[in-house]
Amino acid sequence: MDEQKQLDAFQKRIDNGETIEPKDRMPDRYRKQLIRMMSQHAHSEIVGMLPEGNWIQRAPSLKRKKVLLAKVQDEAGHGLYIYSAVETLGVTRREVVEDYMYGNAKYSSIFNYPTLTYADICVIGWLVDGAAIVNQTMLARSSYGPYARSMVRICKEESFHKKQGYEMLAKMASGTPEQKKMAQDAVNRWWWPTLMMFGPPDDQSPNSQELIRWGVKSKTNDELRQSFVDMTVMEAKAIGIEIPDPDLKYNHETGHWDFGEVPWDEFWEVIKGNGPMNRERIRARRKAYEEGAWVREAASEYARKKRLEEEKAS
Amino acid sequence: MTENGSKIKKNEWPLWEVFYQPKDGKPFEHAGSVHAPDAEMALQNARDTYARRNEGINIWVVPADKIVASTPEDRGPFFDPANDKIYRHPQFYSVPRASKKRK
Ligand SMILES: [Fe+2]
Ligand SMILES: [Fe+2]
Repeated sequence: MDEQKQLDAFQKRIDNGETIEPKDRMPDRYRKQLIRMMSQHAHSEIVGMLPEGNWIQRAPSLKRKKVLLAKVQDEAGHGLYIYSAVETLGVTRREVVEDYMYGNAKYSSIFNYPTLTYADICVIGWLVDGAAIVNQTMLARSSYGPYARSMVRICKEESFHKKQGYEMLAKMASGTPEQKKMAQDAVNRWWWPTLMMFGPPDDQSPNSQELIRWGVKSKTNDELRQSFVDMTVMEAKAIGIEIPDPDLKYNHETGHWDFGEVPWDEFWEVIKGNGPMNRERIRARRKAYEEGAWVREAASEYARKKRLEEEKAS
Repeated sequence: MTENGSKIKKNEWPLWEVFYQPKDGKPFEHAGSVHAPDAEMALQNARDTYARRNEGINIWVVPADKIVASTPEDRGPFFDPANDKIYRHPQFYSVPRASKKRK
């Protein structure tokens, strides 16, 4: 079969809503795009543990500490589900993880912001996990089977993440004036970076159309962003939190909430590596990776010796 | 890449495919995979990764390179249901009407 015919046959499978499995014939570009997108997603789950992990030892109560520990552990799991799915595309775990720690691979820009107070932990659960739910619910219908299945697993856990944050923020927002101020301040800082999580505007997102044509995604960045805003406005109102956007207004014609211009210059700066925490995040990841190397080696060596002993005994 | 690649292979823990039984009496399902140096740790990692919330009551871990799978090219002939062999279906047979009565 010539290349065009193969491409057409593949496109036909996608258009029929078929699921693509690891050993199936797939265009090189589809495989490459998936590796890029999925590993970026997996790195985000792992790096995303850092801003929250920052507060585990300073949680305001034992209850909140247990909740945060469980949530951060889930995020580690999310990273592992997706790495396991990426590996079905013929890359090793090691090359994939080293590609963001020492190479050019990216993770979500949102995790390059600092967590200054415990209110940030509330807001991350509500907004950041809330945005992740919007994105991941779509990806659970992705054309690549292993990716879609990892998303189904993840989505089951995300509602706990969002609810614990929202509940905690509601409590804080109905507390003392200082607590209220703290809650609002965190929302003010996280609102715009959260909207950036859906990626650049459609006219500046070269990958989007291709990913949609191949059924990896089914909605554009701007569509996802809009449904997130629509979902969040009333949630904010219900707990007396203000969204820091003077242009936010319900549009009776479209049935959607219109919102102001996202500060895209800031987004591109963070992507380039100049966000407040980019260097710190990579430093922390490298440190963990390098300082854990001897543990991985020791475990390998232990397994090798045990295997040898077993062979001798038999 | 090859030189670097071989070093990578050597140092990476082997890959294990994970299957779990969601409930008593149910068949095992594929969950995903984990890396682990040996079977014992593979089981432990599989439990921590894929069964934190009662997703399973039993787990299998299988070295990924030990799994033998059909290929997508097999889809046609390998799985041909042989629909022409109608004698494999109960509708092919007739039994006396009286035998179906309860009493
Ligand atoms: Fe997650
Ligand atoms: Fe989450």
